[in-house]
Amino acid sequence: MSDPTVADTRRLNSKPQDLTDAYGPPSNFLEIDVYDPQTVGVGRNRFTTYEVRMRTNLPIFKLKDSVVRRRYSDFEWLKNELERDSKIVVPPLPGKALKRQLPFRGDEGIFEEAFIEERRVGLEQFINRLAGHPLAQNERCLHMFLQDESIDRNYIPGKVRHSPRGETGEVSTARPPNPTPFNCFALSLGPTLPLPQVADIPMLLNNCISVTVNSMYIYTYIICNLCKGKLLGCSHAVHLTCS
Amino acid sequence: MSFFSFGQSAEIDVVLTDAETRKKAEHKTEDGKKDKYFLFYDGETVAGKVNVTLKNPGKRLEHQGIKIEFVGQIELYYDRGNHHEFVSLVKDLARPGELTQSQTFDFEFTHVEKPYESYTGQNVKLRYFLRATVSRRLNDISKEMDIVVHTLSTYPELNSSIKMEVGIEDCLHIEFEYNKSKYHLKDVIVGKIYFLLVRIKIKHMEIDIIKRETTGTGPSVYHENDTIAKYEIMDGAPVRGESIPIRLFLAGYEMTPTMRDINKKFSVRYYLNLVLIDEEERRYFKQQEITLWRKGDVVRKSMSAQATIGAQRFEGSASSESALEKEE
Repeated sequence: MSDPTVADTRRLNSKPQDLTDAYGPPSNFLEIDVYDPQTVGVGRNRFTTYEVRMRTNLPIFKLKDSVVRRRYSDFEWLKNELERDSKIVVPPLPGKALKRQLPFRGDEGIFEEAFIEERRVGLEQFINRLAGHPLAQNERCLHMFLQDESIDRNYIPGKVRHSPRGETGEVSTARPPNPTPFNCFALSLGPTLPLPQVADIPMLLNNCISVTVNSMYIYTYIICNLCKGKLLGCSHAVHLTCS
Repeated sequence: MSFFSFGQSAEIDVVLTDAETRKKAEHKTEDGKKDKYFLFYDGETVAGKVNVTLKNPGKRLEHQGIKIEFVGQIELYYDRGNHHEFVSLVKDLARPGELTQSQTFDFEFTHVEKPYESYTGQNVKLRYFLRATVSRRLNDISKEMDIVVHTLSTYPELNSSIKMEVGIEDCLHIEFEYNKSKYHLKDVIVGKIYFLLVRIKIKHMEIDIIKRETTGTGPSVYHENDTIAKYEIMDGAPVRGESIPIRLFLAGYEMTPTMRDINKKFSVRYYLNLVLIDEEERRYFKQQEITLWRKGDVVRKSMSAQATIGAQRFEGSASSESALEKEE
C-alpha cells in the first residue's frame, strides 16, 4: 500500500529504444573543414583562397560531401546576406586586417603564413557555428556558399525548404495525422550577443518576432540594439541587426 | 517616541493569548533577512492583550482613545504612499480619557478572514499586522506586530499531466511529459523527455524553475523574473528514441504558492523551463506554467475547516494552461 504522504517518484513509462537508433550513426553529423590556403594571382592582385569541405548527413543539404574554394570576401558576403535576410545573430568573422594591407610593411602582410593560419582557424569556427544554426540552414545563400561551385552575387535570396518525406533521411517517428503546427520552441539568437539569462527570455517575448519556417512557428528573440537586452521589456524600437 | 514630550509617555506592546502554543513561520523581510512570525490561517481568531506601560509612574497619561487594528494590506514598492487595505478591523479599547497607571486591555478579532498568503517580493509586499495605538493630540504612540498567513489547499480534483510534442521542424522533435500540472510545495516533479528527432548537436539539457512576479495593470505592468532553480537532467548528446527521466524535488527550493491576480494588484506564477543547449551555446527552450499550492502539515479538526476554505479559494484549471500556450 503506498504511503500517501510520500510522493510517488517512480519513473514514467517510456518506449524502449530501437537498437538501430541507439547504435546507429547520429543524425546530426555536420563537419566543415577550412584548409589548404592557396595564394593566387600576382603582385597587387593576389588573394588567398581556402578549401571548404562539408560532410554531413543532414537531409536539408543536397550534397552529403561537397568541396568548394572560397576567399575571405566570400565569407563576408555570406555574413552580410544573413544579417540582412535572416533574424539570426551571425557569429563574428576573423578581422579584415586592413593594416596588413598597407604598403611598406616589413613582412608579407596578409600573405604572412602565421596570419593566414590564424584566419583559417577563424573562418573554420565561423562557418561551423553558422551552418549548425537551424534558421541559417533555411537560407539559400548558405547552401550556395557551401555547395555551389561559385557564388552568384546576383542570385535571388530566398529560403530553402526542408524536403518532403521523399528524402532517404529519417523522419520523425511520431507525426500527427493532421499536421498541426508544433507548439513552438523558442530559439535564441546565438552566442555572440551577451546570452540573455533564461529568465530574461520570457520578457523578450514582448519583443520577439514569430518566424514562419515551413509552416511551423519559431519564435526568435530580438535583443534591443540600444540596451542590449539589459532593460527587461524595454520599449526601444527593435532592430533586426546586431551591432 | 517623541523626544519633546515633557509630560507622560508610555510603551505599548501586543501579546497574543496563544503565544506559547502558536507555531511560528519564517518569512523573508524586504531586505532579504529571515525572521520568524506567528503563523495564522484563514478563519482563525486573533486574540490577545495590549499592555500600556506608563514610563513615569505616578504621572497621568492623557489620550484621545486607545484602539487595536487588524490590517491586511498590499504595498507596491513603486507607489509606497498608497497602501491597499483588503482587511481592516478595529476594536476600541478605551474612550478618550486618562490613564493613571499602566493598564492591560484584552482584545479578540473573531474568525478573521485572511484570504491571501503573506508575500514579500521584489516589487510588492502583502502583509498582515496588528497595530495598537494610543491616540494623543500631538503624536500617537503605536506598535505594530506582523503576523504571517499561509493559505492552504487540498489535493486538487483535477490534476492532469502535461504532455506535449514540440520542436523545430526537421531539426529537433521532442515529447516532454510532467506527471502533474499542479504541485504542492513539497512535491516531486516526475517526468520524461523523449527524443523523436535530433539533428542538432546537443550538449546538455536542464530544467529551470522560474518565478515571475507581475505587478501593476494596463500600461505599467512590471514583470520580475527570478530563476529559482537550475537542474541539469542530461549531459551529452541524445539520439532518437532516447528517454531522459526527470525527478525534481521541490522541497529544497524557496517557493510560495501560485498567486493569481491577488486583489487585482499582483500575481506570482511559476514556470518550468526546459532548456536544451547545443554545442554552439544556442538555447532551445519550452516554458510551461505549473500551479503550486500549499499543503497543510498536520490534519487537525480545526485544520479541515481551514483546508475547506482554502480549497474553495483555490484557483487553477486545465483551461488556463491552454490559454498560456497561445500567450507564448
